[in-house]
Amino acid sequence: MSAVLLEDRLGTTWKKPPLISNPTLRWGLFIAAAVYLVLATASIDVNWSRVAEGLSRGWAFIASFFNPDFVSRGTDIRDGILESVIITVASTVVGILISIPIGLGAARNIAPLPVYLICRGIVALSRALNEIIVAILLVAIFGFGPLAGFLTLSFATIGFLAKLLAEDIEEMDKVQAEAIRATGSTWMQWINYGVQPQVMPRLIGLSMYRLDINFRESAVLGLVGAGGIGATLNTAFDRYEFDTAAAILLIIIVTVMVLEYLSGIIRAKVQ
Amino acid sequence: MLELKNLSKTYRTGDKALQNVTLTVPKGQVMALIGPSGAGKSTLIRCINRLVEPTSGSVILDGTDVTALGSGALRKMRRKMGMIFQQYALVERLTVMENVLSGRLGYVGFWRSYFRKYPQADVDEAFRLLDRVGLLAMADKRADELSGGQRQRVGIARALIQNPRLLLVDEPTASLDPKTSRQIMRLICELCAERDLAAVINIHDVALAQMFVERIVGLKAGELAFDGKPVEMTEDVLTNIYGEEDWHATIREVDDEDAEAEEPVA
Amino acid sequence: MPVSQNASGAKIWQLRNRNQTLARWAAYLAGVAVFMWCWQRISDATTWFFVWDAPRIAADIGGRAWPPRWSYMDKLWGPLWDTLNMATLGTLLALVMAVPVAFLAARNTTPSATFIRPIALFIIVATRSINSLIWALLLVAVIGPGVFAGLLAIAFRSIGFCAKLLYEAIEEIDPTQVEAITATGASRWQVMAYGIVPQIMPAFAGISVFRWDINIRESTVLGLVGAGGIGLQLQSSLNTLAWPQVTLILIVILAAVVIGEWVSAKVRGAII
Ligand SMILES: Nc1ncnc2c1ncn2[C@@H]1O[C@H](COP(=O)(O)OP(=O)(O)OP(=O)(O)O)[C@@H](O)[C@H]1O
Ligand SMILES: [Mg+2]
Repeated sequence: MSAVLLEDRLGTTWKKPPLISNPTLRWGLFIAAAVYLVLATASIDVNWSRVAEGLSRGWAFIASFFNPDFVSRGTDIRDGILESVIITVASTVVGILISIPIGLGAARNIAPLPVYLICRGIVALSRALNEIIVAILLVAIFGFGPLAGFLTLSFATIGFLAKLLAEDIEEMDKVQAEAIRATGSTWMQWINYGVQPQVMPRLIGLSMYRLDINFRESAVLGLVGAGGIGATLNTAFDRYEFDTAAAILLIIIVTVMVLEYLSGIIRAKVQ
Repeated sequence: MLELKNLSKTYRTGDKALQNVTLTVPKGQVMALIGPSGAGKSTLIRCINRLVEPTSGSVILDGTDVTALGSGALRKMRRKMGMIFQQYALVERLTVMENVLSGRLGYVGFWRSYFRKYPQADVDEAFRLLDRVGLLAMADKRADELSGGQRQRVGIARALIQNPRLLLVDEPTASLDPKTSRQIMRLICELCAERDLAAVINIHDVALAQMFVERIVGLKAGELAFDGKPVEMTEDVLTNIYGEEDWHATIREVDDEDAEAEEPVA
Repeated sequence: MPVSQNASGAKIWQLRNRNQTLARWAAYLAGVAVFMWCWQRISDATTWFFVWDAPRIAADIGGRAWPPRWSYMDKLWGPLWDTLNMATLGTLLALVMAVPVAFLAARNTTPSATFIRPIALFIIVATRSINSLIWALLLVAVIGPGVFAGLLAIAFRSIGFCAKLLYEAIEEIDPTQVEAITATGASRWQVMAYGIVPQIMPAFAGISVFRWDINIRESTVLGLVGAGGIGLQLQSSLNTLAWPQVTLILIVILAAVVIGEWVSAKVRGAII
């Protein structure tokens, strides 16, 4: 039945067909990758004596994880963590509240074109700018303190949530939404009954996830003066107080674990 | 050749899937295993090559107690037992040829298999088997591009390239249309006859089993309920195994011996 | 109980009963109270005089920052190359470390669910919850400033991320394909190479490209704490208040991010 004859294939070698069938392209990519890797590795000059020197310090740091010091800078740590939490909560709430209208506006199937373009623009801007860079600019404008951090994370939350929310709305079940529209509802009623029930569970899940991200981010904002635990951490590293740094990192890790656990429960509940 | 002695399996959930099954399959015999869903057919087959660890009892293949083997010896023993699955269980993202050659994994070392450098004899045998099951032209296609019947043939080739003494076949036709089912069953039985292989075939289709095999064993709630020739399979027996039902249409009349023309496997 | 009777005995329909409604309002109220308290604290820590002055300052900075100092671009190619290397080599290094961690963390491949799996999961959470800037801070303190510290920071931060997604992919594989390979008498490593690896390959490729994209973004700022790359230039320009240079650097970073996203989208489209 087949044109391929057994006699032709017996005794011939067999090779796995390559991923890229064009040999020029395959070898070209392979060589380019190899050349890049060599150049890139060569361009990183490592000061090995400094690294070797650092190894003992690295050990000291790892060891300090088993012997963290929560006390000597107790007040600093407490205030810093509290400020981080405050920034996290406030920015997540505000971020969610703002990202809902923007998310609606960025969904092509429910927003008119001009609104859509504006909202998508905001989302794209927020996603392209790194949190730290935003924080630097906001600190320059508003001065040091948690306000800059709060604004930074609110802005970042908008880019994250509004984008995913918009994608959700664009993918939702049209029939359900149209059934509500067919009852002669107003636009608000339509959103409330036709759209909201479909996207709500995921929105809650994503908000929890963002809360988690915001907490992690809030820990670095202090490096540029935007409030939170980062400043204390920075000082600890600068002074080689590894036991204090380890204490702070442990608090961050545990908090993130707890948040992840809670968000798992909440997500299971709403779905 | 294959002997099961008081084989029992109780799953961790407490399901008694097999209870004291004792059974002997002589060399070259093709045996069908029937029974209602949940009777323990798959469990029985998997206990033989220890994909499922039996709770008690022993499995003896060619005089070796499979249940007593350590992991290295078990791997050597598994080479003697080719397995064919209901859902084909091909590695979907590998090519047909790689799937067939994966039957030789027990014979080649890790790095050889990793770089796909199989001995020429294995490659030739793979080509021969692919030709035998009619898929030589498909050798370099990916397994997920094949139809169900074609995949099952690749599965058969993979089991046979192991050069096994015994085939373990778990519902080979359950996902196939009636005609393809017959072709696959015929192919399996022909190959067993050619190579003098024993086979244990799980099957739901009693008529199909009667058409091709020489012995039928019935399993009911983990226990043997019937053991005999296909002709001895009567409505009473079926009622005993499966429960009350009108069985007339299910059983194949003994006298309508292969009325249809033999069709070539292709 | 959605249907109840009002004072005059007529039946009214409500979505929730009284207690549920009360609980709901209480929760809202508590939420608002927490938020107001947070806001209060932020407000207390803020010098509002500066904030009211912000529009003027923003306008002032904006005026000084424009036009960007294009000639500075000559000095940026080197740092840009470093940034790319930190992201790429960091991602590769992270993948090398993440693969074993993922196999140890996945329920169906871990050698021991009671001892090794929790350790692997802890490595995942710990590396994931520490931001790459903090990793950089730490590594700069330990092995000194430079590209190498940044590369390691990117790598460590990415282990948890990649390992988490990868172990979820491993837990979702089709077990019968693995069984079929096991049944041929293959060794443990062969089962891995033939039964598991092909199944997780698409996820692996997707995760690598996804993380590389994120790492391009992150490596642009690592220089702020002394870990090499274009962030170093940003830091020194900010310190000297050279706003036209800052503008140029921001434009370059933005371009790098956009190009990175474009490349990763292309590669992802090609492999999936
Ligand atoms: N992995 C498992 N864990 C717990 N119980 C199992 C497991 N596999 C099978 N069982 C139980 O063992 C019994 C026999 O199952 P088995 O799969 O062997 O039946 P079967 O005869 O092959 O059925 P079918 O015809 O539906 O394939 C069933 O009660 C089943 O619930
Ligand atoms: Mg079964």
